[in-house]
Amino acid sequence: MALASGVAATLLPQALNGIFTGSIYALFAVGYTLVFGVLDILNLAHSAVFMLGAVITYGLAVTLGLPFLLAALLATLGCAAVGYGIDLVAFRPLRHRGAPPISALLTSIGLALIFVNIAELRFGANSRALPASVALSGSVRLGSLVLEDSKIATLVLSLALAAALGWIVRRTRAGRAIRAVAENPRAAQLMGMDVDAVIAWTLVLTSALGAVAGILYGLSQHDINPFMGRDQIELKGLAVIVLGGMGSIRGAVVAGYLLGLAEVAALVFLGSNVSGGVAFVLLFLALVAFPGGILRGRSVARQV
Amino acid sequence: MQFFTQLLGDPLGFYRAHQLLLAQLGINALLTLSMYITLRAGMLTLANVGYMAVGAYVSVLLHVNGHVPLPVAVLAGALAAGLLAIPIGVPVLRLQGIFLAIATIGFGQVVVGAILNIPVTGEGRGLTVPDASSSLLPAYLSLAVVAYVLWRLAGTRLGKAWDAVREDALAAEAQGIDVARYRMLAFVLGAVLAGYAGALEAHINFFIDTSLYSFQRVVGVLVFATLGGIGRVAGPVVGSTILTALPEVIRFAQSYRDALYGVILIALVIFRPQGLLGGRVGIRRVGRRVKL
Repeated sequence: MALASGVAATLLPQALNGIFTGSIYALFAVGYTLVFGVLDILNLAHSAVFMLGAVITYGLAVTLGLPFLLAALLATLGCAAVGYGIDLVAFRPLRHRGAPPISALLTSIGLALIFVNIAELRFGANSRALPASVALSGSVRLGSLVLEDSKIATLVLSLALAAALGWIVRRTRAGRAIRAVAENPRAAQLMGMDVDAVIAWTLVLTSALGAVAGILYGLSQHDINPFMGRDQIELKGLAVIVLGGMGSIRGAVVAGYLLGLAEVAALVFLGSNVSGGVAFVLLFLALVAFPGGILRGRSVARQV
Repeated sequence: MQFFTQLLGDPLGFYRAHQLLLAQLGINALLTLSMYITLRAGMLTLANVGYMAVGAYVSVLLHVNGHVPLPVAVLAGALAAGLLAIPIGVPVLRLQGIFLAIATIGFGQVVVGAILNIPVTGEGRGLTVPDASSSLLPAYLSLAVVAYVLWRLAGTRLGKAWDAVREDALAAEAQGIDVARYRMLAFVLGAVLAGYAGALEAHINFFIDTSLYSFQRVVGVLVFATLGGIGRVAGPVVGSTILTALPEVIRFAQSYRDALYGVILIALVIFRPQGLLGGRVGIRRVGRRVKL
């Protein structure tokens, strides 16, 4: 009995950690997956926007001394504008020339390099944390559990924003336009829709979400640097959107939490050395067992 | 611009100053050709860094710890990568498009994770290669041979089978082409070549660790291949040469170098979406077939 409660006491905080990281994976991945669902493009600049969200927030809140929430809001809006720029520079010219999706992968990598370089010049290459005086630094005690405010905010915001995105795509007029373009851009154009505008707004929306994910990550992990989107987040985002079934928002959310929890489980039961790899072993096995993605099903076009 | 003035005005000085870069050019070209092989068969696989790592670690361990002669160790590294590709390929090649790409990325990560956990590989600390040499001959000789063989392959049964599988796997199957077998062959040959390039690279660099085999690296190789154009063998070689030399050429941009690299990359892709040498089966067509 004592043993069982001891195990529970160590497992519960870990499980919560898994849920927090899962929230961030989910929020990062919903934007990623929406762009793929609409454009058939992997937007590798998404991880750079994730980073920009956190870095700009830091700059505004710490260097300029703005209130944290205002800084976060401005950073999110700034990243939304960056999303518009991504479409304008990297995707639209290729779309108009009828280039294959793989070339958009290259231009989005080019943009990611530019964003990271700019952030490095302005921010420096070192990792920083938002000072406790600036950000949500309190915590709530629930029995023996300590819940940091930043993590609660992460959980609530991720779920709310993912749900809002799902609602927009499924229920609103703008969402219907997004689904129409995802289903068949040419037919949408023939019906008199401004396809370029729909795609640009999709990028605005997804980039704003990516920025929020970055801000929350920087807040709860106390680690902001120009390279924070690279490799780990980018790769895990890919893993999540694949597991979730490409283009499915709900799938991305579920898979985000699954990955967060699986990583924690690996950490607890197998040790820290293997936890990073275990995510990919799982992904590998999952793909081999279910070649169409585990939560295959409703992609953007079909989210009625 | 100093890069070009020195190249033309003082070739010997250029060679001395840039020997490592020149060797790296040959190795990256080999690596890009390893991706060309699988793209040619219509598959977007990104396991190349995993096979490079296998080739590099096997050859270094055999050579440094096992005192096996260098050429034998390098070939053994390439062979080990190829052998590993068979059990990986059996389940993975059932996947297509983005799912295949991600599963193979996963494999690369697993290899890196394994290296970090096996004591003999030096774990996170990497391995030193005491008798490394930045001699250009091995890389360039192999590149010439590999490029020639791939070029000659176009007219052969194998080359045509790969083309058929890429263009329309179903039609190819209906024509009696064993699609699974030709895909596996491309996957294994790509792995052997990637392992070989990894082994050669280890022996010009004095030191290897897992940072050489990152996700960024394999995406970089994909960029080399598609920017050059995968319609002909010269495409990946040209793409990898331009983009490997570019950071050195634009050294004048100093701390803006990555941004300038990004700008040039975007400009080149928008200028020629089908690849710089996009020819008969340029990225336009192959790109459509190699579905993302």
